[in-house]
Amino acid sequence: MDRNQVHRQVALMRQSFFDQGFLDEQFIQLEELQDEANPNFVEEVVTLYYRDSTRLILNIEQALEKSPLDFNKLDCHMHQFKGSSSSIGAKKVKSECTQFREYCKAGNGEGCMRTFQQLKKEYAILKKKLETYFQMARQAGPKEIACRPKPKLDICPDLEKNYVGWIPSRFRYTFSF
Amino acid sequence: MSAASSSGAWKPGEVVSDQFPAGLRVLVVDDDPTCLVILEKMLRTCLYEVTKCNRAEIALSLLRENKNGFDIVISDVHMPDMDGFKLLEYIGLEMDLPVIMMSADDGKNVVMKGVTHGACDYLIKPVRIEALKNIWQHVVRKKKNEWKDLEHSGSVEEGDRQPKQSEDADYSSSVNEGNWRNAKRRKDEEDEAEERDDTSTLKKPRVVWSVELHQQFVAAVNQLGIDKAVPKKILELMNVPGLTRENVASHLQTLKCNDLVQKYRLYLRRLSGVSQHQNGLGNSFMGPQDASFGSMSSLNGLDLQALAASGQLPAQSLATLQAAALGRSASKSGINMSLVDQRNLFSFEAPKLRFGEGQPQQQLSNSSSKQVNLLHGIPTTMEPKQLANLHQSAQSFGNMSMQVNAHGSQSSSLLMQMGQPQSRGQILNETTGGHVSRLPSSIGQPILSNGIAGGVLARNGVVENGRGPGYNPVSQTSSMVNFPMNHNAELPGNGFPLGSSPGISSLTSKGMFQEDVNSEIKGSRGFVQSYDIFNELHHHRPQDWELQNVGLTFDASQHANSVQGNLDVLPSVLVSQQGFSSSQKSGQSRNTSAVSKAMFSVGEGSEHGNAQNIGQHLNPLLVDHSLKVKAERIADTSCENTFYPEHFGQEDLMSALLKPQQEALGPGESEFDFDGYTMDNIPG
Repeated sequence: MDRNQVHRQVALMRQSFFDQGFLDEQFIQLEELQDEANPNFVEEVVTLYYRDSTRLILNIEQALEKSPLDFNKLDCHMHQFKGSSSSIGAKKVKSECTQFREYCKAGNGEGCMRTFQQLKKEYAILKKKLETYFQMARQAGPKEIACRPKPKLDICPDLEKNYVGWIPSRFRYTFSF
Repeated sequence: MSAASSSGAWKPGEVVSDQFPAGLRVLVVDDDPTCLVILEKMLRTCLYEVTKCNRAEIALSLLRENKNGFDIVISDVHMPDMDGFKLLEYIGLEMDLPVIMMSADDGKNVVMKGVTHGACDYLIKPVRIEALKNIWQHVVRKKKNEWKDLEHSGSVEEGDRQPKQSEDADYSSSVNEGNWRNAKRRKDEEDEAEERDDTSTLKKPRVVWSVELHQQFVAAVNQLGIDKAVPKKILELMNVPGLTRENVASHLQTLKCNDLVQKYRLYLRRLSGVSQHQNGLGNSFMGPQDASFGSMSSLNGLDLQALAASGQLPAQSLATLQAAALGRSASKSGINMSLVDQRNLFSFEAPKLRFGEGQPQQQLSNSSSKQVNLLHGIPTTMEPKQLANLHQSAQSFGNMSMQVNAHGSQSSSLLMQMGQPQSRGQILNETTGGHVSRLPSSIGQPILSNGIAGGVLARNGVVENGRGPGYNPVSQTSSMVNFPMNHNAELPGNGFPLGSSPGISSLTSKGMFQEDVNSEIKGSRGFVQSYDIFNELHHHRPQDWELQNVGLTFDASQHANSVQGNLDVLPSVLVSQQGFSSSQKSGQSRNTSAVSKAMFSVGEGSEHGNAQNIGQHLNPLLVDHSLKVKAERIADTSCENTFYPEHFGQEDLMSALLKPQQEALGPGESEFDFDGYTMDNIPG
């Protein structure tokens, strides 16, 4: 049952992300958006994030090299980067962003640089972890494993059939464990 | 949403498609591709039709090309090519679609900015799908409001016409009534035409100045500062979709007028000794008025002097105005009452007079001093009461969202109102003669500075008394005019050259004087009354106000009253002369409000800076109204737009009061030389 093992590994890894604070609730939101029509949605978004954020990081680096430091600009760039990072649920990266912005407001160039280094580290760590995760998930099996096992809530079995409208995904499924 | 595919296509009662909100057409604008993709997916999951766009300009062109192609827009706040709030403004103005703002920034200021710019919701990033699944409510709400506005505006407009005409009939003496009416009609038509032209899609219904809209207005006015609160800028700041500059202008004017009227009323009330605070708007007012009129005449003289002496003219002018108002009401009795009734604002006058009641005659200085205090210090004695009165009247008006703030504020509001009237007067002038330009600046300031409001009121009260007899005071007012419009000095712009000698006095008298005396003031008289008060305060303001009122209100001859309704008192609005003129178009009420608004803004600017204040000020406007009403009567006086700068306040009030009946305030408006504000606006 290699597959099961892989599944379990994937699940464990995923859980560790949350436990260790690398990812937060927003990541789950992304997972919930994944469905048959977009089976690799989460991976696609994360890839997009890393591609786009490279540009943002470069902007910040360039701005940090200027002298004197333009804190407003730095803050602006970081605001953008923070928004992006938070949308995929990158928790640690996001907190570094917040810290960076604090230093910007205080006009602390030293603090900014330090924080930025830390931020880049976290950013790289997460990138690695997620790459591994997605790889494993693909190995385990696209539909079931790449997506979080969807709990099925069988409150009203007939509800889905008769209800015409939008149902939160949480309630679309019946739990089965 | 098949049913709601075209904006404004469905009415509240319509059955919406079962599918709703599925199919809602959403446009998402965000420069961050990650967020964009996520949002798109989320919205798709909600079964909405999503179009995504990473640049604001592209979004705008998409929206413009396909006016009815979208139901709602979601936009990020921080974007490189265009600020999200700017986009919000554009969309609101051009397409009038609900816009939701988004940002990772959850600071209170930013959220507030979103609200004040008209965003219907604000989402904090990262956005959760739960937040998106309810956005359809904004679409429904907006459509519902649009529909309601359409309906409401139609009926309101008609309703407005009726009373005006009947009012015209009441004011038999006002020669200009007919003119006003015609003028008003013309203006209304023009206004409507303008409004129609403004919107390419649906016929622009008359704008209903809801509380929130008014608050936005106030916020905009505050932001601009009373002096700079011109309708154009206010419009921009308000960023309300579908709102035209004319709407804003007339609202501004209404406030100003209301303010003035209220002040006047308060003043009158005080003078007449009508139930002190609450005089019931007008009814009580009437009674004392008669008495006050008598005293008014004496008062008028006193007022002026007192004012002159102490620079408290404002109080006197107030008294005068009030007196005038009272007098007018008394003289006209029927008419006055009607005025009062109609304009609610006028009723304020009665209570307003309270402060001066005991004294009306004697010295207005006393009362005026009381009032003056108000004016000066703004919260002087009068004010609280007056404010209360004003408030009351304001309330009666309904429109006047005056919220009588605590006494303190009241005074200021009074002042402001006073100022407004002035500004209005100016505006009126403009309308009548383009003098309006004068008012704005001066009025606003003086009001605040002095307890002009108080003074004005005082004057009004006084005037009223004088008026009773038929406005002999007119002549007196002229004397009043002479009074040193100290306040005028204060009011920067007040120096309108009201025609009557003192200049200001002419204003006051204008309002009040009915035809005869007013040659100069006449026009302004109408306003003068209210202006007087203001004049004192603002010197210019009252005049303007009156003038404005005259012009504006008088168009309909009774429109003055209508003005009051609009007292949304915008602190900064006072200045809007434009409002005034434009309001004219929209009808007097609007003008008044615009004026009053302007006035309020002026006065309030300093103090309250809130719409609230304005509300209070509106009360004064009520006074104005009364003044206006009078002005209407006085309309004859061809207010040549001789705005009398500060002096006007008192004297004018006196005169206005004195001659409420005769004068056909209409023309008087032009006489008001509202400093500062109105002038600015006039150019529009």
